Amino acid sequence: MLKQIDIPENDPVAVADRRALIDEILAANKDRPGGLMVILNEVQSKIGFISEPMQLYIANRLHVPVSTVHGVVSFYSFFTTTPRGRHTIKFCMGTACYVGGAPQLIEKAKQVLGIEPGQTTKDGAITLEICRCVGACSQAPVVVVDEDSHGRVRPNKFPQLVRGLTEPGGN
Amino acid sequence: MAFFRSHVLVSVDPECLKRGALEVVDALHDELVAQGLNDEIQVLETSRIGDPVLFGPDLMVYPEGVHYACISADDVPYIVTEHFLKGRPVEKFRAQERVVVDEELGAPKPKEVRVVLRNIGKIDPNNIEDYIAEDGYAALAKVLSEYTPEQVIDVILASGLRGRGGAGFPTGKKWQFARQNPGDIKYVICNADEGDPGAFMNRRVLEGDPHAVIEGMTIAAYAIGSRQGYIYCRAEYPLAVKTISIAIEQARDLGLLGENILGTDFSFDLEVRIGAGAFVCGEETALMASIEGRRGEPRPRPPFPAVAGLWMKPSNINNVETYANVPQIILRGAEWFASMGTEKSKGTKTFALAGDLKNTGLIEVPLGITLREIIYDIGGGIKDGKGFRAIQTGGPAGGCLSEEHLDLPIDYEGLASAGSMMGSGGLVVMDTGNCMVDIARYFMDFIQEESCGKCTPCRIGTRRLLEILTNICEGKGQDGDIERLEELSGWIKATSLCGLGQGAPNPVMSTLKLFRAEYEAHIYEKRCPAKVCKALITYNIIKETCTGCTVCARNCPANAISGERRQPHRIDPDICIRCGICMQVCNFNAIEIN
Ligand SMILES: Cc1cc2nc3c(=O)[nH]c(=O)nc-3n(C[C@H](O)[C@H](O)[C@H](O)COP(=O)(O)O)c2cc1C
Ligand code: FES
Repeated sequence: MLKQIDIPENDPVAVADRRALIDEILAANKDRPGGLMVILNEVQSKIGFISEPMQLYIANRLHVPVSTVHGVVSFYSFFTTTPRGRHTIKFCMGTACYVGGAPQLIEKAKQVLGIEPGQTTKDGAITLEICRCVGACSQAPVVVVDEDSHGRVRPNKFPQLVRGLTEPGGN
Repeated sequence: MAFFRSHVLVSVDPECLKRGALEVVDALHDELVAQGLNDEIQVLETSRIGDPVLFGPDLMVYPEGVHYACISADDVPYIVTEHFLKGRPVEKFRAQERVVVDEELGAPKPKEVRVVLRNIGKIDPNNIEDYIAEDGYAALAKVLSEYTPEQVIDVILASGLRGRGGAGFPTGKKWQFARQNPGDIKYVICNADEGDPGAFMNRRVLEGDPHAVIEGMTIAAYAIGSRQGYIYCRAEYPLAVKTISIAIEQARDLGLLGENILGTDFSFDLEVRIGAGAFVCGEETALMASIEGRRGEPRPRPPFPAVAGLWMKPSNINNVETYANVPQIILRGAEWFASMGTEKSKGTKTFALAGDLKNTGLIEVPLGITLREIIYDIGGGIKDGKGFRAIQTGGPAGGCLSEEHLDLPIDYEGLASAGSMMGSGGLVVMDTGNCMVDIARYFMDFIQEESCGKCTPCRIGTRRLLEILTNICEGKGQDGDIERLEELSGWIKATSLCGLGQGAPNPVMSTLKLFRAEYEAHIYEKRCPAKVCKALITYNIIKETCTGCTVCARNCPANAISGERRQPHRIDPDICIRCGICMQVCNFNAIEIN
């Protein structure tokens, strides 16, 4: 069952404190019924992605085939296998936002940042994403910057939204 | 010394600087010189006007004392023309008084009746005592001390409560099946996946009155004989997850969850499980697969969850709103609940109003109310003086309804007979600026993206539908496309495994039925009557109206707009990608679509 794969030296599995974090999450949840989803959700939110070596590591620790873990990771859109930027900007493409001008806003974002949805800027600052309805429909169109949602964003206000994120030292 | 008739103060606090205050200052100087007003109006920088986080960059104009908020350089030409040249303060840029308004849930409108939403915004959701003060957990106490499980089920049956998650199955019957199926271990599950775009009722209930859901689930557990429950909440709702988790802790601390609840021999506990962004997980069998830690793929029913549900044990699954109704029914009686609504659909229903309406947000109304009452009496009608085109109900598996359905009383049967469905309660209202073929294409895009891929009709059929719809929108529609859409829709509906595929053709079928002429205009005349479909329209600048303020040119992502400053601009149709940004940013309404 052990598949040979190359583990990059900066993979969380190879970095001591990251690995300790994964171990901690595993220990807390591995005996829980249906714990795999809980573990993957925790790993995704605390580490930010679930790489192939991480999937293999989790599979081994849970004594399940890696295909099971990979099957779950690839099924759900929240799980990603590569790191994202320091900030994530998500555009809601739910019905209300679609009719409320989200497509235009995305065009603007592509122009301002020079990347397509799903990509990360070269400096690793921002990842653009398109997401499902975030449930703030009465304020369409909605843009979620990290944890904060911004409603009624007009295309020409978009640059203001990202300005703080791209500057050095911008958090 | 120069005498200035007005002074403009620009806030240059660090937050405002970050957001481009200096560009605003430059733009002001520029524009004032250009309009010959630089001897009359003075621009000053000041440290701070309003709260920069809320308003920055902001401007204050004296002597009028007009406060403009969230201004960018693009807004400056319009302010200078309107305010300084013509003397008309620009209302749309003015800072609103900082009153805390709840944009989602206002005061109840005359036709509303609040049962599920009654506590929201009134009680502190993080404090169980607030809930208890509003008769919270009194229903649970009454049930545990006075009712047998069978009697609880009888009350719910008599109330006529039906599932609020979409299909409208009688809740009492569901509980009865789960009770009758033998087994030591049974589960109670709350469906808080709320995946329909345009719906956010369940989120507000979880965030605003979490204990009502916990109490409802506990009563259900007593009725069917369960000791363990799960709340499956979508990951897009972090605040709801947090609030309900705190509420569970607090209920446990007071002995309202856990072993020997209220000193009886009834025990029940709850756990929250979080989704990971898959629409199909709202379907009950897929949801249970996800709780089990697997891929959220649905399976054929029967066996129904009441027979073999979570981990193959008898399980009862209901929607958030279904459970939230339960304590009120126990306390106020089945007759009270059944006195509201229509013959077959009792009680109230929450709806999320979104789209081109004056008042959007959450409402709760007795079933049987008409769409007209919702749109015009509660929603305030269509905004910006446009006309009503369609209302989309029931999410991606629902359908669009038009003018002719406005007087239809809303209940489960009524909506279904009109070709739509109740769904979870998202209502998206569309004005005449929406192309119904494009809307059908949008939903098909959503569905084929979210199809889990397990069954062929849904996986491949929806993709084919999308291809045909995309072609029609791109002006490549052919004779016979409408018939192909109809035939394919029929097959997908008849042969898909779960409700996702079975409902997938609904938006296409309902728009075809009501707006066939629009499809025909796209296919045979290569024309989009609503002026939406990009391949069939061109943008144009009205020479007479354009002031040459350059906002459109600077915002155009394709650099398709050219022109001298202060001269009318023009759009090069060969470069234009028809994104419509110019139209949104133009303050002078100088852009038209042909
Ligand atoms: C594709 C699909 C998505 C669904 N999404 C939801 C949902 O987000 N929330 C929900 O309560 N029910 C949803 N349902 C309905 C559930 O399968 C189920 O009928 C419901 O949870 C039962 O609860 P109720 O009887 O209280 O309505 C969905 C069904 C399908 C087929
Ligand atoms: S559609 Fe965007 S928040 Fe609901």
